[in-house]
Amino acid sequence: MAQVRVTVDGVEYVDDVEPRTLLVYYLRERLGKVGTVVGCDTSNCGACTVHLDGRSVKSCAVLAVQVDGCEVTTIEGLARDGELHPVQKAFHECHALQCGFCTPGMILQAIDLLGDNSDPDEQEVREGIEGNLCRCTGYQNIVRAVQSAAQAMKPGAAARVEAPVTVAGD
Amino acid sequence: MTTTAESTTPELGRSRARKEDARLLTGRTRWTDTIALPGTLHLSVVRSPVAHARITGIDTEEARRLPGVLGVYTVRDLAAEGVSLPCSWSITPDQKTPHHPPLAVDTVRFAGEGVAVVIARDAATARDASELVVPDFEDLPPVLDMEAALAQDATLVHPDFGTNASAHWVFDSEEAGTGESADRLIAAAESDSDSVVIRRRYRQQRLIPAFMEPRSVLVDPTGEQYVIWTSTQVPHFVRIFMALMTGIPEHKLRVIAPDVGGGFGGKLQVTPEEVLCTLAARKLGRPVKWTETRSESMLSGHHGRDQVQHVTLAAKRDGTVTALKVEILADMGAYLVLVGPAIPILGAYLYNSIYKFDAYRLECTNVFTSKTPTDAYRGAGRPEATFAIERTMDELAAELGRDPMDVRRQNWITHEEFPFTTVAGLHYDSGNYEAATAKAVELFDYDGLRREQQQRRDAGDPVQLGIGISTFTEMCGLAPSRWFGEQGYVAGGWERASIRMLPTGKVEVVTGASAHGQGHETAWSQIVADQLGVAFDDVEVLHGDTQIAHKGLDTYGSRSLVVGGIAVVNAAKKVIAKARTVAAHLLEASEDDLEFSGGRFTVRGTDKGMAIGELAFAALQAHNYPEGVEPSLDSSATFDPDAFSYPHGTHLAAMEVDTETGRATLRRYVCVDDVGNAVNPLLVEGQVHGGLAQGIAQALFEEANYDEQGTLVNGTFVDYTLPSAADLPSFTTDRTETPSTTNPLGVKGVGEAGTIASTPAIVNGIIDAVRHLGVTEIEMPCTPQRVWRAIQEAQGRTTQETPIDTHSPGAGLGSIDPNNPQEEEVQ
Repeated sequence: MAQVRVTVDGVEYVDDVEPRTLLVYYLRERLGKVGTVVGCDTSNCGACTVHLDGRSVKSCAVLAVQVDGCEVTTIEGLARDGELHPVQKAFHECHALQCGFCTPGMILQAIDLLGDNSDPDEQEVREGIEGNLCRCTGYQNIVRAVQSAAQAMKPGAAARVEAPVTVAGD
Repeated sequence: MTTTAESTTPELGRSRARKEDARLLTGRTRWTDTIALPGTLHLSVVRSPVAHARITGIDTEEARRLPGVLGVYTVRDLAAEGVSLPCSWSITPDQKTPHHPPLAVDTVRFAGEGVAVVIARDAATARDASELVVPDFEDLPPVLDMEAALAQDATLVHPDFGTNASAHWVFDSEEAGTGESADRLIAAAESDSDSVVIRRRYRQQRLIPAFMEPRSVLVDPTGEQYVIWTSTQVPHFVRIFMALMTGIPEHKLRVIAPDVGGGFGGKLQVTPEEVLCTLAARKLGRPVKWTETRSESMLSGHHGRDQVQHVTLAAKRDGTVTALKVEILADMGAYLVLVGPAIPILGAYLYNSIYKFDAYRLECTNVFTSKTPTDAYRGAGRPEATFAIERTMDELAAELGRDPMDVRRQNWITHEEFPFTTVAGLHYDSGNYEAATAKAVELFDYDGLRREQQQRRDAGDPVQLGIGISTFTEMCGLAPSRWFGEQGYVAGGWERASIRMLPTGKVEVVTGASAHGQGHETAWSQIVADQLGVAFDDVEVLHGDTQIAHKGLDTYGSRSLVVGGIAVVNAAKKVIAKARTVAAHLLEASEDDLEFSGGRFTVRGTDKGMAIGELAFAALQAHNYPEGVEPSLDSSATFDPDAFSYPHGTHLAAMEVDTETGRATLRRYVCVDDVGNAVNPLLVEGQVHGGLAQGIAQALFEEANYDEQGTLVNGTFVDYTLPSAADLPSFTTDRTETPSTTNPLGVKGVGEAGTIASTPAIVNGIIDAVRHLGVTEIEMPCTPQRVWRAIQEAQGRTTQETPIDTHSPGAGLGSIDPNNPQEEEVQ
């Protein structure tokens, strides 16, 4: 067993973990962060994407012991006071999800992409989310959502954005 | 619709963002694997690595000794040798349907078939232990090729049958009285200099549905009922068949499909693991969970397609098609699973598609092989049919030197001719192929692209342009129960809906359809909001739990809206009828004097009225209720359609083919679909986008490949090349609206349309780009290697086959065979 001290979605945890435990299973099984899902076993699908110290990682490709001293953000930590992150909001408005299984990872990857490039063109979005697979949408509305979120996140853009979508239950 | 609120915007036709998104966007989703019960044990399946072998022993000792392991069971330990997983469809009375136990008994018949299960305290221990189970096999030769499987001396997958043929199904328009004899017309055409006969062989490669959520099952035996959570499209099927298989009485079983992460037909199944978890939970008295890995999913979940089609088409030299004959071999894999044998038959009535042919004959032979069983995958038979006819119409046009769109126009049913009974005996209620085509041709700039194509040809451009056409129709909304009965299916085709009027004015809608990404919660809310005149947000849609939706026939075959949605409409009409009686009583008016509009009954000519919510409250109190009327507005309806719906459309693809590398790039894709009235255009568009991606992926990227030993060699997302965002362009989608006349909403199904139409558009486009080089056929997926090779061969150059050609779909996206020395020589 190895000890990890990690902050996940703003809460600090200290846990003993088996050295072989992958971050995604630590999040799901120890912390109950089941919004982060497992879609494959080869790090291809990106469904398990989270942010590690502000950058996107596939949490099936990171050992829990590697995140000692780090900060992790999952899909469950994005909304603030019940208000969705602009990328979550754009996914909703643009119908960028159907079954929703890839959605948490796709959103976290899109936020990472927008951190690097605040105004990506279509091809840049497509290449930026290439490591996240979706089987439902054909990606078209995901691309549209990411570009729409980019506009909404520009400085001074808030006034043009529609009223926030409230999340029932939050 | 008479009851639509006049004062508010109608919901039907409104592009609403979905109400189900809120939980999916925030990680509050209830996937089966997310559900955790105290005391849950975990099941892992030990799978055969070999395709065909006798099991001579299974050593479980070491696995049993691993701490945390509660049991290692073979099928005998579970007393399940006699249990057979269901095949619910006999396409012929003499169909050979093998016994199909949840784990192999003495013989394994495909690589990936389970031979034992391990139950442990956690999933990791169960998997560790399953690797310690050592089965001993005596190898048998695998049966891999369908044509060889039918030869006299072939190895038999099920020796008791004496053949690898499961069934032989025939449709003949002369025998059916729907047309002439195809054999006779083809023979006549062969000896007529004024006719042409086109013969082609197409291969529909094996595909993997690859839904994003791996399947998962959790069975809790600890309460009064067994509760089964499962990632399925068909909870109602699972409940009935589980009762029949295990002997657990049906009323002691509750099946819940919580949030389900995609299906595409891949979760239209009753699985071995559902049975195994139930049997293990019964044996141990504790909850048992199984969640598959992606590799397990691809190896053991059912596959789709895998057919060989021989097509013969006869036409006059003026372009009029006279006869079509199709012979199909369909690979069933090692067993017949839920609706597997019927998949080719669901396409069999559609090879004539939108056209008027004089004669049609189809013969289908279902064949056993030592591979993973096949069953529904998006489109299920109809993509295969559409591909065959649309590819062949292009070949006819090429033979006659005509524009392929003109040849289609010459043969299709014109909009004045509806309703139209086809040569396959289907009654098409409506359609307007001219309108959809005209719109698509304009959006695509068909004439402009044809000019560019000619310019590039004239200039000898190494990157050639091709235009691919696919005009299609499909039958969806499975199905009139009577039709199912005639086809040998055990289930009916109706759907059920209930509406509960809550006393505070809110509404619960219970549907027997079982959504897994489609957006039923939103669409059904829109339908009910219009019908009852209540607010969209005041409607809650409940589904996917046999205790709540106790009757239903689930979601597949683009049936949910055209069958389930109509049941919702009918239930709402009953609510209004009941409410009318109560309103008349309370308003002291005749029922005939009441108008219902905007959710309110008013007495004609007065300002007296009551809202439907007030009437629901009156039903709760029942203090002042009409004599002899039961105090409830709640209503249910079961709708059995009397016809299919027939969406259609025109899809156009501009393909750029690099003749030096073989790389085919989709430059522009335009489709105009006619799905009748759209409840929610945003959702319709989403369904089309996703459908296109899957159909295009069949044309360009995907194939499940087996080696000579019968091993699936690309059973992971590393090498089964699902398209990513970077592999696809944005599509131009549009619609025409020709309302269906067979249902009160005028709607048609949309879930499968994009997949059905797009595959031949892509392949026709690639071949159109290189036809002048002599290429007439390229097998799917049309990877750079296959395209390049087809060009070389058409030019009379030799190429060398390598294992990569046969065992991988072209070695990935855009890669060139590294083992092929010919590659450099030609360049």
